[in-house]
Amino acid sequence: MRISVQEEAFDLGAVSTEFASGHKDMGAIVTFTGIVRDLPDDPLQAMEIEHYPGMTEAALRGMAEQAVERFSLGDALVIHRYGRLVPGEMIMMVATAAPHRKDAFEAAEFLMDYLKSRAPFWKREITATGSEWVESKDEDEDALTRW
Amino acid sequence: MEVLYFAWVRERIGVPREHVITQAATVADLVAELRAREDRYDLAFSDLSSLRVAVDQELADFDAPLAGVREVAFFPPMTGG
Repeated sequence: MRISVQEEAFDLGAVSTEFASGHKDMGAIVTFTGIVRDLPDDPLQAMEIEHYPGMTEAALRGMAEQAVERFSLGDALVIHRYGRLVPGEMIMMVATAAPHRKDAFEAAEFLMDYLKSRAPFWKREITATGSEWVESKDEDEDALTRW
Repeated sequence: MEVLYFAWVRERIGVPREHVITQAATVADLVAELRAREDRYDLAFSDLSSLRVAVDQELADFDAPLAGVREVAFFPPMTGG
């Protein structure tokens, strides 16, 4: 299991290849990558991500451990960046390895749903007209009820 | 104990963390003490439904006890992913 909270960019290809290697009994690898998305009406100059050092790592590790147990994963990975990012940059990724694809897909969704509203990150969008903290969405909270 | 603030809570209060000497029994009691200090605290804590709290780096409720606690953090709902 690998958890990383980092400011610097990560190499999606290299990380995915390394994660997919060395699991002879895992038939399915799923990866999800989150990208900073531009805003349609008010172009985004940057997104600033703040986090809670210490709690962040513990929260991500707890989620990954739950995912491994619940979906019988062979391995799980979470990378999440903080600091100042521009549109098009990769914010985060998760990867899951399971014997079969259903568990790998579901575990990736489980991790994403928990990351959205249970990992201590806060995003601020900066545009030409000012900056605003991104508000949490009710649907992100509701998404947890299915687990 | 150490009290930490994140995102707009940090901006409203004006510091990221501070050492607080308190006999507060619960998080809610601590909030009441902080609100009584100055307007900036009162403003930051005016709507508890828009705040979350972590006690020793684990999410908690506002009625959580503070005995033996080293660190309390206040922040808006999280927006990871």
